[in-house]
Amino acid sequence: MDLIWDGIREALRILGTGDYSLWEITLRSLFISGSAVAISLLIGTALGSVLAFNEFPGRNLAFAVVNTGMGLPPVVVGLLVAIMLWRSGPLGQLNLIYTPLAMIAAQTIIAAPIVTGFTAAALRSLSPRLRSQLYALGASRLQMLWLILWEAKLPLLAAVMAGFGAAVSEIGASIMVGGNLAGETRVLTTAVVLEVSRGEFAPAIALSIVLLALIFAVNLILTTVQQQEQRS
Amino acid sequence: MAAAGCGGGKEIILATTTSTQDSGLLDELLPAFKQESGYKVKVIAVGSGEALAMADRGDADAVLAHAPSSEEELVDKGSVVNRQLVMHNDFVILGPADDPAGIKGVDSATEALTAIADKGSPFVSRGDDSGTDKLEKSLWKKAGLDPEGEGWYEQSGQGMGATLQIANQRGAYTISDRGTYLAQSENLDLEVLVEGDPVLLNVYHVMQVNPERFGRVNAEGGQAFVEFMVSEETQEIIRNFGVEEFGQPLFIPDAGKSESELGLD
Repeated sequence: MDLIWDGIREALRILGTGDYSLWEITLRSLFISGSAVAISLLIGTALGSVLAFNEFPGRNLAFAVVNTGMGLPPVVVGLLVAIMLWRSGPLGQLNLIYTPLAMIAAQTIIAAPIVTGFTAAALRSLSPRLRSQLYALGASRLQMLWLILWEAKLPLLAAVMAGFGAAVSEIGASIMVGGNLAGETRVLTTAVVLEVSRGEFAPAIALSIVLLALIFAVNLILTTVQQQEQRS
Repeated sequence: MAAAGCGGGKEIILATTTSTQDSGLLDELLPAFKQESGYKVKVIAVGSGEALAMADRGDADAVLAHAPSSEEELVDKGSVVNRQLVMHNDFVILGPADDPAGIKGVDSATEALTAIADKGSPFVSRGDDSGTDKLEKSLWKKAGLDPEGEGWYEQSGQGMGATLQIANQRGAYTISDRGTYLAQSENLDLEVLVEGDPVLLNVYHVMQVNPERFGRVNAEGGQAFVEFMVSEETQEIIRNFGVEEFGQPLFIPDAGKSESELGLD
């Protein structure tokens, strides 16, 4: 029990002082996972609207592929990205292995199918009449897409939440392609693993509290926006 | 922050064992290296097995490892060059204070392992092909035993720090380098039961990945790191590392000594 109480007390102290580069690591987590989700949103809305609005052969297969992608094991993604980016790998000359960019790439591969799946489902559930109405009003294709996405903004927010949650709490891929380098690619999850393996439980607890708070804060903001939208 | 790590800059990749990172030694040494040479070191702390595999693929510039016989294989293959003795400490056999197999104070490591096997007392192995794992496997072999698959023998597949925690939670025996054990001892109930057998010597070498074999290897940076590790100033830092916190050094510097002086053949 001492371990728990001492750990929590020490963790609170660290939260106060920001020791162990706590805030720097938090910002890096936000930056890397935020970038991955932003890219995923671009990919997801493009792919999701293609999937939702077009009839084409193999559409069901495409949905199945996206759904599989929603459950991609991060460690498998990590291994694939690492093999590509190692110096000895096919993209080795880019010198991207063990950089934040490599982590953004891996987290994008993890988050993009989630965002795509959510987006496609949301757009599919919109009334089909909406499209014909917009069409009748003489909207161009691009205008139409924009209006439909605007109509679906709440489910899209849910897509962002789910994608960010998956990216920021992911560890297998981050440690493999990022290398957990202090001051460069160490993020909240990989820092927790390192501190535990060093037997330093207090900073591990402090980092975990921040990670939970971060996920909670992002969800709180998005939920608040959703509810205000629904009221108005 | 966005640009961190993306620029060219002077940097090298060091593949090393978890013990040099978990003990905190690298945190002490790398800032000095950066100041002296201008090189930023990207430390990839993995088991010695993986570290040497990285070197064998040309995915690192320098290696700091403690698996002498596997390192020699890479030297013979031409994957690494300029291999030099840096420091040593020793391995210890740890276990719960009540010591169910009764190995406390036994002189011979293989005798102690035999007693653990006879009793079927729980033992946690790294099982990750690291330097420590290779040493442990060689000890079982010397004892004429094959514990793999036995119910009392478990493999954590993780680094030394995590494996110590598992052994601690399970009240199991394990083998650790002394440095990692000392660095974590305040969180552990495990005790040192067997030590001092020459077969438990834990020897670290530094080496650079052969730039003539792999085009992308940073020859200058790798060489600078090897020279830094065996330099007098660095050896002095190693000599004093941990003394203040643990009352004894975690590593004994050995640069310039021969392997036979250490009792290795």
